[in-house]
Amino acid sequence: MQTLSNIFGIHESALKLHAQRASVLASNLSNADTPNYKARDLDFAAVLRGEGDKSSMALMQTSSRHLALSGSSTEADLKYRNPFQPSLDGNTVEVPVEQSAFAQTAVRYQASLMFINRRIAGIESAITGN
Amino acid sequence: MSLLNIFDVAGSGLAAQSMRLNTTASNLANADSVASDPAQAYRAREPVFAAVMRQSGMDMMAGVGDQGESVGVQVLGIVESQAPIARRYEPGNPLADGEGYVYTSNVNTIEALTNMISASRTFQSNIEVINTSRDLVLKTISMGR
Repeated sequence: MQTLSNIFGIHESALKLHAQRASVLASNLSNADTPNYKARDLDFAAVLRGEGDKSSMALMQTSSRHLALSGSSTEADLKYRNPFQPSLDGNTVEVPVEQSAFAQTAVRYQASLMFINRRIAGIESAITGN
Repeated sequence: MSLLNIFDVAGSGLAAQSMRLNTTASNLANADSVASDPAQAYRAREPVFAAVMRQSGMDMMAGVGDQGESVGVQVLGIVESQAPIARRYEPGNPLADGEGYVYTSNVNTIEALTNMISASRTFQSNIEVINTSRDLVLKTISMGR
C-alpha cells in the first residue's frame, strides 16, 4: 500500500533539481559578459538517478562517530559547458544556449508542479469522498 | 530555496549592466569634449566585471550542499582607457593652449555603441530570467490550491 509520505514520487526531487538548475543557468546568463567566466550546467539525468538510488545506495554508518553524507547535489554534479564558439576573453557563456536551457527548465518545473497539484487534488477528493 | 537566489543573481547582473550603460552614456556624451592639456582630456571609462560566489544562509542551514551554485556578477572597478589622446589645431577655441592646440577625448564611438548594444541585450535576458522565476515562485506558492 502506498503511504502518504511518498505521494509525489519523483516530482518532489525533480522540482528541487529544476530550481537548482534554473539558478545555475541564471548565474550563467548574468555573467554573460564577465571575462574568464566558465558556463556551468547540472547534469540533470545523472543527478536525478542519484536521487532515485539514494535510499538503496546510502553509505552505511557502522559507528556513531561516522559523519552522515548530507546534501542532494554536490559540486561534482556541476559540469562545465563546452562552447560552440569560444570567445576571446575566455568566457564560455552562449546566451541563446543558456536561454533555451532556462526556458526548458522553467517548462519542466511547471510540469512537475502540475503533477504535484493534480496529485493533491486526487488525494483531496479521495479524503472527502466526493 | 534556489529559485529565490535567482533574484539576487539576476539583480546583480542588472546592476552591473546598468553601470556599463552608464559609463557608455558618459563616454558618448564626452566623445567631443576637448581640454587644454592631455592630462585633463576625457578618457573613455569601462567597468571591470568579475564573478562573485554566493551562498544563501537558508541553504547552508538546510545542509543542501550547493556550494557556489549561484554566481552573481560584481563590478570590481572602473578603468580609464589608455588609448592615446589626439590633439587638434583649433586656434579659435577658448580652450586652446599657447600653440593653438586642443586635446580631444580618446572615446571610440563605434566601440561605445557596440558596448551599449551588448549591455542592453544582457540586461534584457536578465529581466526575462527574473520574470520567469517570478512566475515559477508564484505558482509554487499557490501549490495545492
